[in-house]
Amino acid sequence: MEWFTLSPEEWAAVRLSLKVALVATFVSLPFGIATAMLLVRGRFWGRSLLDGLVMMPLILPPVVTGYLLLILFGRRGPIGAFLEQYFGIVFSFRWTGAALACGVMAFPLMVRAIRLSIEAVDWRLEDAAGTLGANRAWVFLTVTLPLIVPGIISGMILSFAKAMGEFGATITFVSNIPGETQTLPSAIYTFTQVPGGDLGAFRLTVISICIAMMALFVSELLAKRAKRRFEVA
Amino acid sequence: MRLAVKIRHRLGNFLLDADFETSGGLVALFGRSGSGKTSIVNTIAGLIRPEHGRISIGDVTLVDTERNVFVPCHRRRIGYVFQESRLFPHLTVRQNLLYGRWFAPKSERREDFDAVVELLGIGGLLERWPAGLSGGEKQRVAIGRALLSSPRALLMDEPLASLDEARKEEILPYIERLRDHSRMPIVYVSHSIAEVTRLASTVVLLSEGKVVAVGPVSDVMQRLDLFPLTGRAEAGAIIEAVVERHDTEFGLTELCSRAGRWRLARLEVPVGARIRLRVRARDVILARSQPSDVSALNVMAGTVAEIRHGDGPIVDVRVNCNGENIIARITRYSLERLSLAPGAPVFALIKTVALDRRSLSGPIDEEPLGADLDDA
Repeated sequence: MEWFTLSPEEWAAVRLSLKVALVATFVSLPFGIATAMLLVRGRFWGRSLLDGLVMMPLILPPVVTGYLLLILFGRRGPIGAFLEQYFGIVFSFRWTGAALACGVMAFPLMVRAIRLSIEAVDWRLEDAAGTLGANRAWVFLTVTLPLIVPGIISGMILSFAKAMGEFGATITFVSNIPGETQTLPSAIYTFTQVPGGDLGAFRLTVISICIAMMALFVSELLAKRAKRRFEVA
Repeated sequence: MRLAVKIRHRLGNFLLDADFETSGGLVALFGRSGSGKTSIVNTIAGLIRPEHGRISIGDVTLVDTERNVFVPCHRRRIGYVFQESRLFPHLTVRQNLLYGRWFAPKSERREDFDAVVELLGIGGLLERWPAGLSGGEKQRVAIGRALLSSPRALLMDEPLASLDEARKEEILPYIERLRDHSRMPIVYVSHSIAEVTRLASTVVLLSEGKVVAVGPVSDVMQRLDLFPLTGRAEAGAIIEAVVERHDTEFGLTELCSRAGRWRLARLEVPVGARIRLRVRARDVILARSQPSDVSALNVMAGTVAEIRHGDGPIVDVRVNCNGENIIARITRYSLERLSLAPGAPVFALIKTVALDRRSLSGPIDEEPLGADLDDA
């Protein structure tokens, strides 16, 4: 197993990727739930526009998304400059930027999964909660949210998996700096560009596969557990 | 508490126009499907916002379109038992029951958890999930959940419609107990004459979104002009009778009403209890002279009070028996043969066997219901 020992740089890439994917998934979760709720339940002008906007990263070439992020969230970009000035958050060439890129790229998948589960929620249960005295916020927290847990879990897993593998937008937005923005895919890409890097690329590939399999396994397990209770016998 | 409803609301091509009030007891909204019963109940609950009208309960105004008052659903504190129970699948029975309690103001939590659980007989289900309950169990839990939110009124939208006869019998006594022991008004939606007869103090008869008649069950049910709406096959007069004695030798129970003495298959109710009998018009035979050798045990003497012709060969005859009405559905041929006309003396014959469990109500007094009645 000598050959499978990871070098420090490889470890750094694995750790960074996990961090980036986890942060991207958890930070985008509340936005994902809110957007899905808006798209399913909202009745407002521009709903289809929002729908299109959310789904955009799925259709656009990742490089284009990365470039747009660079323009908007770069240090001189309108949003990037604002966030740096008032909140001290910097995205460009930082791991936070990688997380942003991954989060944006994975967002459509997350929203779609949650959206499907919200559509499946029986609104009559929400009415019933209303007659029992729950206002809309409580109805959401005590009825809607628990019922869409399976959708949220699958949305998170999809988002996590997508974030683990995101390459184009990340490398365009925050480049490929070892230890800071070099995620697993970027590291594999780098290995394939240098002579003798095959073994490193292979090791990281195996790790990628393992992480993906584990994510899938965990999601199945959680979804099954969440579903079992609700199922009408 | 008084519940007053006066609403006009357009739903597509359908105009809902209802006006009725009740002070406690059980009001049945009765009518065919599509007559607007559920819409009225949804309006009371606050799930539909009426275009015009006023709804008040006690001295609280829930809706007044003229003064622009609309209390949102969650602040009305009106319990609602839906046709399809609507239990929360992600909560246990206990959590379902306690859901509404949490939102009720502390000072107004009237219902005691243990008492409600006891009343509905759901003590053994508390730790189970709704998915594993039978239809009857679900509906009892749903009733408990509504009660435990300490509502000002209780709405029940065909709570028995999705259940078979045995399950209905399992729940009806609980609803009767509720009616007799709580002072809150209950609005009960149904299209079943049997349920209405058994449960209702007042009936609101609806047709195509409009109130056709309001009044005590027996008054509304004996109106021949309403027969097409109250359901031709099941329609009939409602008799209130008192249990006089039980005949153990033949397994009969004797009851007494103004019309006379009734004999029924033995009922497990105490002597002195008041019972409602629904005598289906099609089960009644008319005779001009008192028959002596006939198997029917219930023979009531009276005079013809009203004859109503339908469009076919069938006529409905209302017979006044000492101030109580019995309705008979006979052929026009028989009517002519017996030369029946208003004022003619006549005897109404009803087979004991025709008066089955489905045409009886439980005791309608304030007396607690005997547990032995739970069994049909």
